[in-house]
This record gives sequence, C-alpha cells and structure tokens, in this order.
Amino acid sequence: MFDNFVVPNLLPAAPEIFLAVMALAILMIDLLVKDSRRTVTFVLTQLALIGCAVIQFATSTGEITYTFSNMFVDDLMSDLLKLFLYATLIIVMFYSRGYVIDRESMNKGEYYVLALFATLGMMVMISANHFLTIYIGLELLSLSLYAMVAMNRDSVKSTEAAMKYFVLGALASGLLLYGMSMIYGATGTLEITGIAERLYGGGVNKSVMVFGLVFLVAGLAFKLGVVPFHMWIPDVYHGAPTSVTLLIGSAPKLAAFAIVMRLLVNGLITMAADWQNMLIILSVLSMAIGNLAAIAQTNLKRMLAYSAISHMGFMLLGIVTGVVSGDARYALNAYSSAMFYVIAYVLMSAGTFGMILLMARSGFEAEEIDDFKGLNKRSPWFAGIMLMLMFSMAGVPFFIGFFAKFSVLQAVVAAGHIWLAIVAVLFSLIGTFYYLRVVKVMYFDAPADDTPFAAPLDMRILISANGLAVAFLGIFPQVIMSLCAYALLRSL
Amino acid sequence: MSTYPLLSLAIWIPIFAGLVVLATGGDRNASLARVLALAGAVAAFLVTIPLWTGFDTANGGMQFVELGAWIPRFNINYHLGVDGISMLFVILNAFVTIIVVAAGWEVIQTKVSQYNAAFLIMSGLMNGIFTSLDGILFYVFFEASLIPLYLIIGVWGGPKRVYAAFKFFLYTLFGSLLFLIALMYLFIQSGGSFSILEWHKLPIALGAQVWLFLAFLVAFAVKVPMWPVHTWLPDAHVEAPTGGSIVLAAIALKLGAYGFLRFSLPILPDASHELSGLVIALSLIAVVYIGFVALVQEDMKKLVAYSSIAHMGFVTLGFFMFSPMGVEGALVQMVSHGFVSGAMFFCIGVMYDRVHSRQIADYGGVVNKMPKFAALFMLFTMANAGLPATSGFVGEFMVILGAVKFNFWVAFAAASSMVIGAAYSLWMYKRVIFGDVANHHVEELSDINLREFAILGILAIATLWMGLYPQPFTEVMHASVNDLLRHVAISKIQ
Repeated sequence: MFDNFVVPNLLPAAPEIFLAVMALAILMIDLLVKDSRRTVTFVLTQLALIGCAVIQFATSTGEITYTFSNMFVDDLMSDLLKLFLYATLIIVMFYSRGYVIDRESMNKGEYYVLALFATLGMMVMISANHFLTIYIGLELLSLSLYAMVAMNRDSVKSTEAAMKYFVLGALASGLLLYGMSMIYGATGTLEITGIAERLYGGGVNKSVMVFGLVFLVAGLAFKLGVVPFHMWIPDVYHGAPTSVTLLIGSAPKLAAFAIVMRLLVNGLITMAADWQNMLIILSVLSMAIGNLAAIAQTNLKRMLAYSAISHMGFMLLGIVTGVVSGDARYALNAYSSAMFYVIAYVLMSAGTFGMILLMARSGFEAEEIDDFKGLNKRSPWFAGIMLMLMFSMAGVPFFIGFFAKFSVLQAVVAAGHIWLAIVAVLFSLIGTFYYLRVVKVMYFDAPADDTPFAAPLDMRILISANGLAVAFLGIFPQVIMSLCAYALLRSL
Repeated sequence: MSTYPLLSLAIWIPIFAGLVVLATGGDRNASLARVLALAGAVAAFLVTIPLWTGFDTANGGMQFVELGAWIPRFNINYHLGVDGISMLFVILNAFVTIIVVAAGWEVIQTKVSQYNAAFLIMSGLMNGIFTSLDGILFYVFFEASLIPLYLIIGVWGGPKRVYAAFKFFLYTLFGSLLFLIALMYLFIQSGGSFSILEWHKLPIALGAQVWLFLAFLVAFAVKVPMWPVHTWLPDAHVEAPTGGSIVLAAIALKLGAYGFLRFSLPILPDASHELSGLVIALSLIAVVYIGFVALVQEDMKKLVAYSSIAHMGFVTLGFFMFSPMGVEGALVQMVSHGFVSGAMFFCIGVMYDRVHSRQIADYGGVVNKMPKFAALFMLFTMANAGLPATSGFVGEFMVILGAVKFNFWVAFAAASSMVIGAAYSLWMYKRVIFGDVANHHVEELSDINLREFAILGILAIATLWMGLYPQPFTEVMHASVNDLLRHVAISKIQ
C-alpha cells in the first residue's frame, strides 16, 4: 500500500516547516502566559522569525530545487525575498509592540500567532510552483489578515474594514481560482513549470488561455491593490488598527510580487504580449488614480493607501517591460528593477507606518496628517526621519526611493516605452505634492500638542535605523540592486 | 597639481559641517551653531582656493579629476572634475556660503542650527552639481539641492512662504524629471554609459537631438529661469529669508545656465544650432519684457528678482550665439550677477531687518540716516544697471559685442536693456534712498554695523575687481570655452 510513497525532500521547505511548528507551539505556550507577561510571546515570535532566517541561510543552495512533486520550489529569488520578509516582519513586530500593549483587545497571543501564520502564507506564496500551493499560501495570508484587521473588536471602523476586506478578498480569490481553472482546462496541468512547457509545445487553445489570463490578472491586481481593483485598499488601510495596517502595507507586497513572477513570468511568459498590455493599463491607471486621490486625503493612513496604489502601479512598469516584441533580452534587467522597487517600497512603507505608531499613544491614533503638525519643534530628530521617508517615497535623491524609481524607469526606457516613462514621471510629480505636504505640516506649521512620545526605546532606535537605512541605501544602492539581479539570474 | 581630492572636499566638507551644526540641537546652543557654521563655510572656501591657484589655464579639459565606481550595476561613477567653466562657480558658491552664514548671524533667531545646516548642505550639493561628470551624479545633486531650499523658504520665509516653497519645488522638479528620462535615453544610446564626457562624443540623429534638447531645455529653462517658466522665481525670492534669496540668485540660478554649457551645447550641437533661434527669442523676451516688468514693481525684492531674470536672459543669449565673446561674456555675467544680485538682496535684507517692509513706498530719504549703507547700495545698484567699471558692465558689454557680430537687431534689443536696467535700478534707488525722510520708521533707522559693512565691503571689492580687471576671470575660462565651441561646431549627425 505504501510502496510508491516517497518521502519528499523536506530541506527546501525547512523554514516553512519550522515556522509552522513554532507558530503552533507559541499558540500553546501563550495559553500559559498571563496578559501582563505577554513579552514572552513577543520574544518567542521574534526568535521564530530569526530562526527562519538562520535556517533559510543555512539551507540555501543557490540552485533551483523542486520538492513535494514539483509543487514547491526553492530558488535564490525565493531565498532573498523570504529573508527580506523575515526582516520586515521582525521590524513590524517591534513597531507594533507598544501599540498593541496600549490596546487591551489587541494584546492577545493570537496577534502574534496570526502574524506568524500570515508570514507562513507569504512564504508559501513565494515558493509556490503550483496553482494550489499559491492558493493555499494566499488564503493562509488573507484569512490571518482578515482576523487581524478585526482584532480591535470594539471598533466599528475596524470591523467594517474587516468585512469589506473579507468579502472583496473572497471575490478576488474566486477570480483567481476561475482563471486557474481555465488555464488548467487549456493545458491540463496545475504545475506552473508544466504550464510553461505545454505553452512552448504549442497546440494550446489560445482563446481559453486568454480568458483564463484575464481572470488571473484580475485576481493578482486585487492582491497587489492596483486600479481598478484597489477599492479595498483605502478602507482597509484606514480602518485597520495601525499596527495591522503596517503589516498589510509592507510584507505582503513582497509575496504579491513573487506570485506575479511565478504566475506570469515563470508560467505564462509565452503570453507576455497579452498580459503586458493588460498590466500597462493597470499600471497607468494606478499611478493616475493613486496619486490624484492621495492629494485629497486628510487622513495619513488613507493617503498612504493611495500612495501604495500608485507605488504598485509604478512597480508594475518594471514587470511590463521584460519582453519587447518577443525578445526577452531585457527580462532580467526589468524584473530585477521591479524587485528592487518592491524591496525599497517595503522599507519605506514600514518606516512611515512605524512613524504613525511612534506618535500614537493610548487613546490617540496620530493618523491625521495634522497630527504631525510642528513635529520639527517637538522632536527634530524624528521629524528628520519622517522627512527622509517622505522624500524617499516621492523619489527624491539621495534616498532609496529615487533609485527604485530610477531602476524601473531605465528598464522602461531601455524597452523603448519612452511615453510610458514620461507618464510615470508626470504622475510621480503630482505625487510629490502630497509628500511635500506632510513635510510642510511637520516643518512649517506650529505644533498642536506637546505631549512627549510614549514609544519604547527599542522602537525609537529601530525607526531611526529604518530612516537612516533609507538614506544610506539611497547613497549605496549597489548591494541590494545587484543582489536582486543575481537572484533573478539564478532563478529564471 | 594637488594630490588631495579637492573637489570631494569642496562637496563633503560643507555637508559634513552641516551635519555637525545640526547636531548642536536647539536654540540654546545657537551661538555655537553659528560659529561652527562659519568655521565650516570658511574651511570649505579655503579648500577651493587651490582650485584657482593650481589651475592650468592652458588646458581646456577637465582638471582635478576624481573617478571611482559608485553603482557598477548601472555603470554610474563618482566622477568629478572642473574645467574653466565650472571652476569659477565652485569658488563663487563657497564664497557666497560664507556671506550667507554671516548674513543670518543676528537676523535668524529661531532654529539657528537647522538654518545654517540647510545652507551648508545646500552649498555642498551645489558644488556637486558643478563638478559632476557623470549624468546621474549630476542629477542626484541637482534634485537633492531642492530639499534644503524648500525648507529654507518654508520655515524661515515670509507670509506666503508655503505657496512659494511648493511652487519652487514642484516647478523645478517638473523640469528635472524630463531631464532624467533624457539621461536614461542617452544611457541606452551610448551602450550603457552615464559619462557626460563620453556623451560629448556620442553621435545622435537630429530627430533624437531635438527631443533631447527640448527635454534639457525644460529642465534648465525652469532653473535659469527663462520666460515663460520664470514665475516661480519672484514668489520664491519674495518669501525666502535674505540668505535664501542670496543663494537662490547668486548660485541656484546659475545651475540652469551651467546645464546648457555642460549638456545641451556639447551633447546636442546640431539641435542647439537648429533651435538657437527659439532660445535667443526667449532670452530677448526675458531681457526686454521682463525688464519692463521689473520697472513697475512696488516690492524691492520682486524688482531685483525680475532684474535677475532679465540678467539671466543675457546669459542664455550669450550662449546661443556660439561665439567666444558671447559665451565668455555670459560666463562673466553669471559670476558678476552672483556678486551683484547677492549684494542687492543683502541690501534689501538690511533695510527689511530694520523696517520690516520691502515696499518701495515705505521708504524715502534713507541716505539721511544710513549714509554708509547708501553709498554701498549705490555701487551695487549701478552694477545692477551695468555701469562701466563695475562687473555688471563687463559681461553685458561682451554679450552685446558678440551679438553685434551675430545680428544687429538682436544686439539692438539686448542693448536696449542697458537703458531699461538703468531705469528700474536707479529709479528704485532714487525712491528709496533720496528725498525727505518718509516716515518715522525711516527716522529710526540706524546705519549698518560692522558685520554688515564687512559683508558689503567684500562684495563691493569683488564687484569692482571684476569690473576693472576682468582678465583673470576670462583667462581661466578661455581655453575651455574655445574647446567647447570647437566641439559645438562639429556636427554629430552621421
């Protein structure tokens, strides 16, 4: 009966297995921990993430390794993205700690465990080589996030946001599944590399494929949060507790980038001409609506939500320029620029939401732009950090945001889409306005209140490091840029 | 030649000094911040002096070159160097920074460390612009220098400072973003190089040259500023604190003009010839029309701001006649305008600090109360009007001489500005300085103190030196300008 049972190679999935075990263990251990001793859970969570990073590092071979009957893949791209994922999660957990402790209904062990499960979901997404694996990872991530958004039970706003997120998220999952089933129908396989082989072989029904592709792109666009599938972003960013917004607004972008790479580039590269055109429209619309709508916002979280939409639109520009009239010469340059963009964005986004958390205290959310009034007077140091983050988001040198935009733009120009590059810079010019406004509020206006910050020291140090990293990596972007290029070179 | 990395020092000493000044913290340490800022500015100026003394005037190429890899992924290099065109601006910039720090000594009483740090950092960034020989390095400095000026206008500016700061930032960013795309296009065309010197040799078809030229034109025209994209400048000047106006007029405006010489002319010679008519027309509009606009201003700062636009019109006019006389005259005009407009804004600042008004109508009879000031202000007003023996005359005269050879009517229009310039400068001077004491504010005026006298005195010496003996300046730039023009004369179309 067990004759053809082969134990799969577990090594490529070692970090995932470790994290799953740790998450379950922490869930148990937390039951024994009193509310006042929740630090134990926090420390264990951080240790689990650090453990993942260590295992990731130790088990990385640099080769493309498939396991679990080709459902799971471990390559350098996934290694790199996961390492950035752990780093992001560690930062996110540090930033949220003070915020969570101040809010009783959130100060539960579930908060940490759900975050770990969300991480696990993202890791599975990053390493997926099979439609089902992608779906499992995606749902694990989404369900954890739905619950986290609703964790602040007493808040009507959060509950509403969670409902909205859940309903629209389910719809998007439906679209994605429908697209996957179409592609399965046309190719007869759910395995991503298998689909690529079938498409190379020819004889696949093109109209069914395009039909499936449309749904697939719609589903991906929802997860990335690009126009016209962006409606959930502002509401969820705004409604969720800020510490959860921080999580939603940072790490999942890495995972979303990964599944775009897996599905569209690894699986459907032969159909690049079709999906590139779709993505160009999504990208331009996102930059337009994201940047224009952000101007009208008075709530910083909502503004950053629209800014996220525009950033994801900009990132897509890197993905649409990989194949030029059937020539994949520029692919590596284009995809690595998009990857660098995502990593840079996650770093900036984490810092910005971290600043909101730094300013927040019990009973005060600091989420209006006006709450930053006169920050330069209250704390020149943190005003300086926020200044760097804002200029980086706007794409002004010497900050990492500039080189993120630079690398994507040069890929666009190299592919010959000069008009697209011009559209992109004009919309980022519009975008600069609202980032400048935050700087204006901090530096040109008088402070509205003088309450000292309540944030713990570890968070202050970390957020300072985050802001300085934005500047440092803006002056020395070479290492991460070439890491991205090298990882993709070895993975594509 | 010196073995020290002088250009790096000229960039990073002020930036580092700025960070040190920033570290002094709040206004409790204000006097420490001032002293440190002055020390930093002086140190930064001292390292630029060997650039002048060690400069080989016979060599038209790049000197004091530094080259190192910065971002090998995109072949971006930390490539610095100066020729006879850029060297003067590095020194001028370092010099003006001292003036600015001194100018804000007593006036700025809030956020002193941030104020001085912003100016020092900006000074370093602008030295970076003048010395970069790599397109992206240039761009990075070019755009980063917007941040300190945005803050200077917004934090220490006048009542409409927020509007002015935003307008300044977004206007200039708009120009530079198109410039960025042009740089990337050149990067692709040259097979993966951002080296400006290599781009000088790169053959480009005429169609592409024209598009690139227009992209460059937008970026530099906004920065110069040329008519009709000049409207940010009067707002920025009026709202900026005195120091901000000085840096803006003396250095920031030169960046655009410098860009024409470093990018447009040598990289795109054919398009430059093709479109020179357009640039000359815009320049003449700036010279004549903006001159008339200056005539009707009620606000002294606005008046000088418009006169700056008119003077910069001379500069762009001089460049696009492609004659040694025109280009050298324009360069002299740029340096001279740095001294004169800086001094003019400082003079207005001196009066503003005492009366808190910039309206011409609020003054009258100042000479009765401030005779020393009136004498020095007279000199700078004359220089602004282009009176012989002042630096203002030399540049304008050379440009007009070049224009006569080029086209009589162009020269005629340009020369008419000598009249208009004299009209708005002297008329303002007359209304402000002469006549009876206008009101009790003027009655209470006290003459300039030693600090103000020293600043104006140094600027006066510089203005007169350039006016009476401009040869050292033209000698420095001569070889480089000839090289440039020889290069521009060769078509790049293959």
